[in-house]
Amino acid sequence: MAKWIPLWLHKLGSPPTFYRFAGAVRPWAMGLALLLGAVGLYGGLVLAPPDYQQGDAYRIIFIHVPSAWMSMFIYAVMGVSAFVALVWRMKLAEVVAMESAPVGAAFTLITLVTGSLWGKPMWGTWWTWDARLTSELVLLFLYLGVIGLYHAFEDRRQGARAASFLAIIGVINVPIVHYSVVWWNTLHQGSTVDIFGHSKMPWDMLWPLLVMTLATKAYYAASLCRRARTDLLALEGGKDWVRHVAEAEAGR
Amino acid sequence: MNALQHFFAMGDHVVAFFRMGGYAGYVWPAYAVFFAVLIADNVAPRLRRRRILRELRGRLARQDARARRPPPTSVTPSP
Repeated sequence: MAKWIPLWLHKLGSPPTFYRFAGAVRPWAMGLALLLGAVGLYGGLVLAPPDYQQGDAYRIIFIHVPSAWMSMFIYAVMGVSAFVALVWRMKLAEVVAMESAPVGAAFTLITLVTGSLWGKPMWGTWWTWDARLTSELVLLFLYLGVIGLYHAFEDRRQGARAASFLAIIGVINVPIVHYSVVWWNTLHQGSTVDIFGHSKMPWDMLWPLLVMTLATKAYYAASLCRRARTDLLALEGGKDWVRHVAEAEAGR
Repeated sequence: MNALQHFFAMGDHVVAFFRMGGYAGYVWPAYAVFFAVLIADNVAPRLRRRRILRELRGRLARQDARARRPPPTSVTPSP
């Protein structure tokens, strides 16, 4: 085992180092997200042909599916960092877990609303209590529960620990969302894209979808950097390095 | 004439693009929600950061003022 890895990680775990690191990463991640988003949406809205059954309504897929993937991906990241936060009492893991929740909630909300807007013309209904839709709604409630619990405590670290428990318990819902279309008979269609196998989608439609997936990943990285930096300033309010940040930005 | 025809054909393409094959009422609101939610997700931490730093500067200024104030020389008990 290389010795530099734990040392490097250990240094990155210190709040002022991570604050600077996240500040350096954020503009690049955001730039990448905007670039990939522009390319992906041009491919999806302009270049990709209309669907033979759904016409142009299917174009909602280019934001709906990447957002749905992000809603589960971010929950997994939150669950893992909540676990690390509880076991090793690592402050940075708490911050990553707690600041992932609002971004995940945002993507879950997008998934539900865009799905509703897609369901109306295709299924004839805005909403139905089928397994996929219901489990995704439960995912939104779990995110909101984590955010609410975190802010319900006077002591932030105590709040982060309580919310981390809820986040870990809620991880059970992620495979339920993913396999709901397999385990139950749902109005929602099964998955079209298979990363490790053959996707049931022509390349003209598939590549914008994959580019949008990368764009949302980069967006999450950028948003998490901004949120983690802000949360660190609040958590470390009395420390010298935060004082320097406050004084440096006094003119603004 | 040819250029004019070309121009109008381009306009037709743009109109067709915004009509979304008749599904404009579903596709564009979906995209509007996508961008609105992500912009809100971006603005919220910015405002929070500004508030945190403002409060911190206020606290530091109060601490500074307290440190600089001369200690009370005599305390006269009220009769």
